[in-house]
Amino acid sequence: MFVLSGYEYLLVFLILCSLLPVLALGASALLAPKRRGSLRRSTYESGMEPFGQAWIQFNIRYYMFALVFVIFDVETVFLYPWAVAFHRLGLLAFVEALIFIAILVVGLVYAWRKGALEWS
Amino acid sequence: MTKAGIDLQLGFETALQNLGLGAGAAHALWMPLPMLLLIIAATLGVMVMTWLERKISAAAQQRIGPNMAGPQGVLIPIADGIKLLTKEDVLPILADPVLFTLGPILVFLPVFLCYLVVPFGQNLLISNIAIGVFFLIATSSVQPIGLLMSGYGSNNKYSLLGGLRAAAQSISYELPLALSVLAVVLMSNGLDTVGIVEQQSGLGILSWNVWRQPIGFVIFLISALAETERIPFDLPEAEEELVAGYQTEYSGMKFALFYLGSYANLLLASLIAAVLYLGGWSFVVPVETIAALAGIPLDNPFLQIGAAALGIVMTMVKAFIFIFLAILLRWTLPRVRIDQLLDLGWKFLLPVSFVNLLLTAALKLAFPTFFGG
Repeated sequence: MFVLSGYEYLLVFLILCSLLPVLALGASALLAPKRRGSLRRSTYESGMEPFGQAWIQFNIRYYMFALVFVIFDVETVFLYPWAVAFHRLGLLAFVEALIFIAILVVGLVYAWRKGALEWS
Repeated sequence: MTKAGIDLQLGFETALQNLGLGAGAAHALWMPLPMLLLIIAATLGVMVMTWLERKISAAAQQRIGPNMAGPQGVLIPIADGIKLLTKEDVLPILADPVLFTLGPILVFLPVFLCYLVVPFGQNLLISNIAIGVFFLIATSSVQPIGLLMSGYGSNNKYSLLGGLRAAAQSISYELPLALSVLAVVLMSNGLDTVGIVEQQSGLGILSWNVWRQPIGFVIFLISALAETERIPFDLPEAEEELVAGYQTEYSGMKFALFYLGSYANLLLASLIAAVLYLGGWSFVVPVETIAALAGIPLDNPFLQIGAAALGIVMTMVKAFIFIFLAILLRWTLPRVRIDQLLDLGWKFLLPVSFVNLLLTAALKLAFPTFFGG
């Protein structure tokens, strides 16, 4: 029935786990009180009148980190099959990984020198 | 080859088939049982952890802590749950209702989904899928999206900053985490969690991965603390500056989902640390050695039940050591600044974890028998 054995459990578990928040939120919708009032649903800003919205431009540095992350995350994913098969590949695979990681490190050093990893 | 350890699934399905059910029906009846058990166990674990957190925090500050609800205040998590269930669920008028509701669900769901591959014994896990730890890493990567959703969807300045910080922190420490796990994978030649534990068996405490991966172990602990947003890495919720970060606008059950998710995440990280580095369910002395010394054959049913029970207890003991450590750290270390946090992740842990990975590979080439062949 399933080409990959064991994954049918994943499907059932996903459905079961998804029911949890639905049940929790449903129960709270039934049990929790509902009050109306204009100020009740206003945005919290330490007791001050809310000043404008929060959907504005934010610091670009978060974006820089996300960009560097994507590169390194993909590289890490590439290394997973290498690690699993390493015991069969031997020295050559080690040299190849060395070159691969060296290229990565050059990228890291470049990002570092360019200030992509600086916060202030 | 006969499998060691008890096989509950086989026993249950044969018993049902003896009652006259088809094999498919027996399997379908069996499937949700361990899952429900695990979900209940994880929720109970979270309840115990919240009580422990309060009690240990109180002890660290020379207070008594909760002591009114039940003996030693053990009923306080239940009181907490009832309180959160009956609290009003406020939806801010400026917030995006879809993102605001989806956020906590997406933070909560991946954590519980990850319990799929956490082994408590040879056959005591829901499914030993071949991609094991990779599934863990991949599933937990969904969390930052939920954090961003709730931060952005709240349309609150504190929430937005908290959500951005949480996502930045989460992705920054995911790399060292994945790379330290990779070094363990390198030694066990496979991604499945059961294989990783079995590779650590043989000599009891001496064959645990922590001796062969000391650097990876420390990297994993630091990254896991950051991923679970525990002090000293709790910047997303830094209450002095951001009120409660991305959780600011949440109340009632949606807040409870964050709460449950964060403690279930700490429990998961501790369990994974125990599985990857402290030999999972294995006892300090191999059970086989004890059985041989006592002269009991390995297929003795009482021995197998005893060994399975011991395995569950050992996994939990090892996990709760890490939880205890995390709670004590909370009252020991000051919170880091965001630039220090990112510097530690990118400029220290990431290079060190690359070195650790290559070192492990080199050592595996030099001493193949010692590093998993």
